[in-house]
Amino acid sequence: MSAEPDTSIDSPLADGSDLGFQALAAAMPGLETSLFRGQRRVVVPSASLTDAMKRLKESGFDLLVDVTCVDYLEYRGATSRYGLVYLLANTRTNERLTVRCFADDPEPTVPSMVPLWPAANWLEREVWDMFGIQFAGHPDLRRLMMPEEFIAHPLRKDYPLQGKGERHNFPVISREQS
Amino acid sequence: MAVTSPQPFTALPKAKSQLDARLELPENVVVSRLDELASWCRKNSLWPMPFATACCGIELMATGAAKHDLARFGAEVFRFSPRQCDLMIVAGRVVMKMLPVLQRIWLQMSEPKWCISMGACASTGGVFDTYAVVQGIDRFIPVDMYVPGCPPRPEQLIQAIIDLQDKIQAEGTITGREFDTAARQLRKRALTESGDLLTLDASRNPVVQRQLAAQRTSPSTPVR
Repeated sequence: MSAEPDTSIDSPLADGSDLGFQALAAAMPGLETSLFRGQRRVVVPSASLTDAMKRLKESGFDLLVDVTCVDYLEYRGATSRYGLVYLLANTRTNERLTVRCFADDPEPTVPSMVPLWPAANWLEREVWDMFGIQFAGHPDLRRLMMPEEFIAHPLRKDYPLQGKGERHNFPVISREQS
Repeated sequence: MAVTSPQPFTALPKAKSQLDARLELPENVVVSRLDELASWCRKNSLWPMPFATACCGIELMATGAAKHDLARFGAEVFRFSPRQCDLMIVAGRVVMKMLPVLQRIWLQMSEPKWCISMGACASTGGVFDTYAVVQGIDRFIPVDMYVPGCPPRPEQLIQAIIDLQDKIQAEGTITGREFDTAARQLRKRALTESGDLLTLDASRNPVVQRQLAAQRTSPSTPVR
């Protein structure tokens, strides 16, 4: 079994476990796809992300497992800085699909998936908190983990691990004051 | 007053001899200062406030449980309300989002109060040198005793509590807010040293005057 993703195989899998993916590939030809260990992956441009996700949901992907992000800063061969990753699952057929979508500085923006899957609400808030990706159409895009007054997005590769002094910006309580 | 503790108080020798000369002390009667008595009571009835955020909290629970039995040292009454506590044990790492909560709880505790920083993370941040973790709570709140270890065993925490008891007995309240002015402390000491219980006016007490003069010449002399 090869560790490299094999992009040549677009034909339906023998066990019929990728029907949802085949429906998307038929409706939107020209998408970059890959197959790795029996699981389909597809790259969708952000302009057609909402359309593709709507088709996928209608074809049976009723569960949004996760939304996360990768920062490809100084990554070899990378063409975009941020790569959004959506993990979808069909709970009736057990089909799983990885949808990827790229975004770039200065204002990385992708459409929000909250209208399709309410589960995307907090997941996208976390991605906004950690990577600073704007989700257009999100009903409540606040930070999820870091304090409200936090300014940076700490999981970006150009953010130092030890922070920029945020953890020292607190009043000091001495014996005399307490 | 009958006291059964083996080493209850340490009365000042001079005052003791003077009082011995005047008073016939029956058996099992010890004469001491009120400060010593207050400190003795405080150190043997510490009520800890468990601020347990990580694995140190497990050792903290073990310390309070049956095997290690913190009740032997009078500190078994864990209270989860800061209003009822006088010893905060910070066990575990504190993230910067938690720090305002920590400070608020510390301010809600009533005097006299003490703080133990338990474990490497609470004391220094430990291995978590990241943007989110406070690198030692003593940067933001006062700490009386540090416990090394990752996590420290219950014996180490008990040792810290025993050491804190010694500190409380020796220093009274850490702030000493009720005895806060130097003049008042000098008057207190003069009271025990002069033996004259009636000469409370500092301006007329020769011992106070001598001590004030010594204080002026060598200001580094600690006043307690």
